[in-house]
Amino acid sequence: MSANREILVLAEHRRGELRDVTFEMLTLGKGLAEKSGCKLSAILLADKPEHLAGKLVGWAETVYAIADARFANFNSELYQLALVDFIKKQKPALTLIGHTAFGVDLAPALATGLAMPMASDCVGFNFDGSNLRVTRTVYGGKLNCDTRVRPAAQYLATVRPAVFPPEAASYTGRVEAVTSVVTDEVTYRRFLEYVEAAVGDVDITKSDIVIGIGRGIKESKNMAIVEQLAKTMGGVLACSRPVVDAGWLPKERQVGSSGKTVKPKLYIAIGISGAFQHIAGMKSAQTIIAINKDPNAPIFAEAHYGIIDDLFKVVPILKEKIAALKGS
Amino acid sequence: MEILVCIKRVPETAEAELKIGPTGKEIVRENLVFDTNESDNYALEEALLLKEKSGGSITLISVGPQEADEVIRMGLAKGADRAIRITDAKLAGSDGYATARTIAQAVGDLKYDIILCGCIASDDGFSQVGPTLAEILGIPHAVYVTKLLVNGNVAKVHRELEGGLIEVLEIKLPAVLALQTGINEPRYASMIGIKRAGSKEVKVFDCSGIGLSENDTGEPGSPTSVERLYVPPKTRQAEIIKGNADEVTAKLAQIIKEKGVLQ
Repeated sequence: MSANREILVLAEHRRGELRDVTFEMLTLGKGLAEKSGCKLSAILLADKPEHLAGKLVGWAETVYAIADARFANFNSELYQLALVDFIKKQKPALTLIGHTAFGVDLAPALATGLAMPMASDCVGFNFDGSNLRVTRTVYGGKLNCDTRVRPAAQYLATVRPAVFPPEAASYTGRVEAVTSVVTDEVTYRRFLEYVEAAVGDVDITKSDIVIGIGRGIKESKNMAIVEQLAKTMGGVLACSRPVVDAGWLPKERQVGSSGKTVKPKLYIAIGISGAFQHIAGMKSAQTIIAINKDPNAPIFAEAHYGIIDDLFKVVPILKEKIAALKGS
Repeated sequence: MEILVCIKRVPETAEAELKIGPTGKEIVRENLVFDTNESDNYALEEALLLKEKSGGSITLISVGPQEADEVIRMGLAKGADRAIRITDAKLAGSDGYATARTIAQAVGDLKYDIILCGCIASDDGFSQVGPTLAEILGIPHAVYVTKLLVNGNVAKVHRELEGGLIEVLEIKLPAVLALQTGINEPRYASMIGIKRAGSKEVKVFDCSGIGLSENDTGEPGSPTSVERLYVPPKTRQAEIIKGNADEVTAKLAQIIKEKGVLQ
């Protein structure tokens, strides 16, 4: 059974808005389609798809739109029922899904249901229409991993967000309505509601100077060192995920894909190795400084200036130097 | 309530310098410290909390070499009741799918109400095993769980989405839940717990022991295979400020001052 020479991108949307990763995947898909001689399509599952589909026609030749009131909120089990049916009929050679809270919940089970090889969290693609090789990252981004996907007629891959820069619209595609095949109610998983992110006393997105603390701080009592630096500099303390997990700073101070996105004039990453989830939340800072004792920490590929040393040695002295400069 | 928890022994690499081995496909493991995968540790704690609340028992499942017993024993010391370890040279090269397939086979006829696992392994980072396992077992799942309330055969679950938004859903049990770090505060094992762990049962199986064909695991059973590991090419690299602590901080303070952000 041969596949269609078609690359299919699953449009991700939430609360009536297409998510950035959708356009990133369509831009990636366009390049892959041109190289492999495939056509580029998008599939949109929504309660009222017209508006979003109208937008997507600028980024794909065909936008398949499945309307169903039950798609109003994301439910991976419902999505899976619809997509298994659609992908079996349409037979795209490659299906792309975002490696997001939405895609991670959906793609592995979908690929298993379709008995299709899947590559997860890909940051690079090499696809000639029948063979797929991808690049992934391992060990928290310290190493890249070129990965071969077993030859198959159809593949599925999840795409890391914020890796492939989205381009402007360049297609004048068309919308093709597809009838929803989901007839049974999904009773084993039900969406109830959204709960908004916590709001704290400090809004880290409003500060010109953000000092991000990571796992390297090691213990709660060490927070005093960085608190003093933040105070001296007139900045706010923020952090990567492990610091929130340990309870040393509240959730609303977390910078990263599941926390906040900050764009300060100055971001100082202290003891942060630079997992992609964190990078996604701070890479737009005007100036980035990293202090880390591991010279191979991925954060140094994002920072403008770096100090490779023990933060416990460097940070207290830095505080003194800054205080002296401010006084002069 | 019968709880299964999937745990993995992984190298701690957050602060370690990694070396690539001669095959180019794996890292040099000597000199690395190994521990329970971070989000799996939260899954274990959530299982212990569930057991304390509603009784029942906890079975740990780990796929890995004999050394996986280090993390298994720690889990038993914290309060898990028994463990299953799948160890076989044929497992080498297993990707996320093959690992899920192996665990599913090990789950086999076990009785369970809920399966808990971490949302990502800190080494290969597939984020694939939990939902794949659920699909093979034919039960529902949820990934990135940050809150779990069990009420009879229904779980109310919080999922963490981008930007800190939370999705609240209801899932029928049995289900596989892949937990996010931070969902609880993992405990340390007590001395008495560590003593008791020694007498708890760890069943060890190879592939044939769980009825798993060698075509379904390891490299033959994996849709993806590693071709090459390498240090990511540096498209950009920070300007590294060199010198002793006094010198580097003086230079850095000057750079910060020149940026004009200090009030």
